[in-house]
Amino acid sequence: MSATLRLADGISCPVSTVPVDRVQLGHGSGGKQSAAMLRDHFLPHLSNPVLDQLGDGAVVTVHGGEIAVSTDTFVVTPVEFPGGDIGSLAVHGTLNDIAMMGAVPRFITAGFVIEEGLDFGLLDRVIRSMAEAARAAGVPLITGDTKVVERGKADKLYINTTGIGTLDGVCRPAPDKAQAGDAVIVSGPIGSHGMAIMAVREGLAFDAEIVSDSAALFPLVERLARECGRDVHVLRDPTRGGVASSLNEIAAASGVGIVLTETEIPVPEPVGAACEMLGLDPLYVANEGVMLVILPERLADAALAALRSLPLGASAVQIGRVVPDHPGMVIMRTALGGSRVVDMLPGDQLPRIC
Amino acid sequence: MKYLSEYRDGGLARRIVSQIRNLATRRWVLMEVCGGQTHTIVKQGLDELLGDAVEMIHGPGCPVCVTPLEQIDKALLLAARPEVIFTSFGDMLRVPGSECDLLQVRARGGAVRIVYSPLDALELAIANPDKQVVFFAVGFETTAPANAMAVWQARELGVRNFTVLVSHVTVPPAMIALLQDPDNRVQGFLAAGHVCTGMGWTEYDPLAAGFKVPIVVTGFEPVDILEGIYLAVKQLEEGRFEVENQYVRAVTRLGTVPARTVVEQVFQLVDRKWRGIGEIPASGLGLREAFADFDAERRFNLGTMVVDEPAECQAGAVLRGQLKPRQCGAFGTRCTPEHPLGAPMVSSEGACAAYHNYGRYRAVEMAVTA
Repeated sequence: MSATLRLADGISCPVSTVPVDRVQLGHGSGGKQSAAMLRDHFLPHLSNPVLDQLGDGAVVTVHGGEIAVSTDTFVVTPVEFPGGDIGSLAVHGTLNDIAMMGAVPRFITAGFVIEEGLDFGLLDRVIRSMAEAARAAGVPLITGDTKVVERGKADKLYINTTGIGTLDGVCRPAPDKAQAGDAVIVSGPIGSHGMAIMAVREGLAFDAEIVSDSAALFPLVERLARECGRDVHVLRDPTRGGVASSLNEIAAASGVGIVLTETEIPVPEPVGAACEMLGLDPLYVANEGVMLVILPERLADAALAALRSLPLGASAVQIGRVVPDHPGMVIMRTALGGSRVVDMLPGDQLPRIC
Repeated sequence: MKYLSEYRDGGLARRIVSQIRNLATRRWVLMEVCGGQTHTIVKQGLDELLGDAVEMIHGPGCPVCVTPLEQIDKALLLAARPEVIFTSFGDMLRVPGSECDLLQVRARGGAVRIVYSPLDALELAIANPDKQVVFFAVGFETTAPANAMAVWQARELGVRNFTVLVSHVTVPPAMIALLQDPDNRVQGFLAAGHVCTGMGWTEYDPLAAGFKVPIVVTGFEPVDILEGIYLAVKQLEEGRFEVENQYVRAVTRLGTVPARTVVEQVFQLVDRKWRGIGEIPASGLGLREAFADFDAERRFNLGTMVVDEPAECQAGAVLRGQLKPRQCGAFGTRCTPEHPLGAPMVSSEGACAAYHNYGRYRAVEMAVTA
């Protein structure tokens, strides 16, 4: 105990030296803990130039042609939720990652971990929904795998999907391409997926049911690419960790600052109400059918018009700008005219006490 | 959002700010008691807007921050027991104990569950008769009624496998302790609106008169807080020292009588140690003898635990308003939300978290004109 560090009247509070020796749920949150786990436990062994970019997917060259590959694992509880289920989510999520690289989704594969005792009715519904999502996207599921584990060794059903896409070389967005003078656009209202799941889990009832926004984003990308093509600097679907985490990653990767305007951020009323009740911030809530678009501000109107021409992008709006100041940092201009930092979360958002 | 967007109206907020500036003939020092209010102030940049007219000192009203270390350590011990399902509000999970936090206990196999209401914990007990369900009953008068109700219900329903680890604190004794401190600079208080929703404000009348401080019962939205500040400054300028109610849409003088009643029936005043501040007489709530069966400390024979609190964390000075988080040498360097030295850095109501999450780069010039 150091006397110099103690205040005269004995005011004190413990130094915590909590060594993190085991994986916590926060390591899967997509926030700083996730990044630390990748950095400390994965990259030291698996590092290579492609992986080290830590994108949502990778672009590799095979026999002179470029292909985009992305893989994602889905462990959502509950398996079925308003607006979708783990099957459609597993298709949309992976194909969206492909689309965010500016690639055309071509194929998808799936691996299933199934808990002993799973109801075949539920399995059928999930697979049917998966098939419908893949068919609607025009992407065949070309190979797969199933494993069954003892009851209790998994929670009903986990799905891993891998998507493969091709690149035409025109639209090549990447997280490190944001530039000062760019506009930050969001293609639709935020927070619906995460709060739809949360509302079911917590048994919250609202006047209007919150429905997941789970959807395939490729049609929006296609329309956008037709208008703005090579000028699209960044595309990102802000899933785990929400809009705030995605923008922080982009700001860091591109070495730029981002300034958001609070009054422009589209939060559906039931989502806002649910977040208020639980003490959560919609900026950190997962989305599954929304994308962030960053491109030169002079093209913002054209991009918005392109997005709004499809129902999924009907409420697309510019929410901020890329600036040369405060590189790596996202700042919010508040409704009251103040400003605040919008940081990465350390781990999961935790509901507050009161 | 009805009753929410109105209280976040930027135009209205700026009008109130200019009224406060016109009214103040000198710089007044006010304390907002509740950490929820602190977060609104820092998140919305209200301190920035107020400029020199008013200095806001952040009070001790963060239930997570003031929960003493030994209670956290008891929680960690209980949560690690194989027969226990330990339930808590989400906020408490990341608070560092002596050796780890509840998230780490969960990673090591402890059954730790986040609940939104203590009644959910009671339901969990009913659904798991072969387990012992313990609820971490922390907080101010805001959470006390629901926590009391859970204990009351448990007795009514004869639920034998439900207990509470109590670490309740109450606001007025803390305000008295602050006012009696020779270093006190606080000239007026914004009392925590949600505390008064349940308890009313009769307890504050003798404080306002005795210590000659205006006390304004205030809500949590930006416009609420600015209106509360306006009322407090007006009193100070006019030399009045009264309890006023800004939060009329939620608070009445007597509060919510059924809530007060259940709190009085289940809990009694006890001396309580506040983390970082020390023991304050009659400042806590403990279970009455009639409900002793539901006391986790008794059921599990936890006894008295004495925990040494070595520290470079100056949470106590922050909680007393003697130090702004930024003035702490560890702030943002050796103490961050990922590696907190003390609770105010991790709690959603902690002043350090507010400054770290929202206010760190206040000096950054906005590059935006729109």
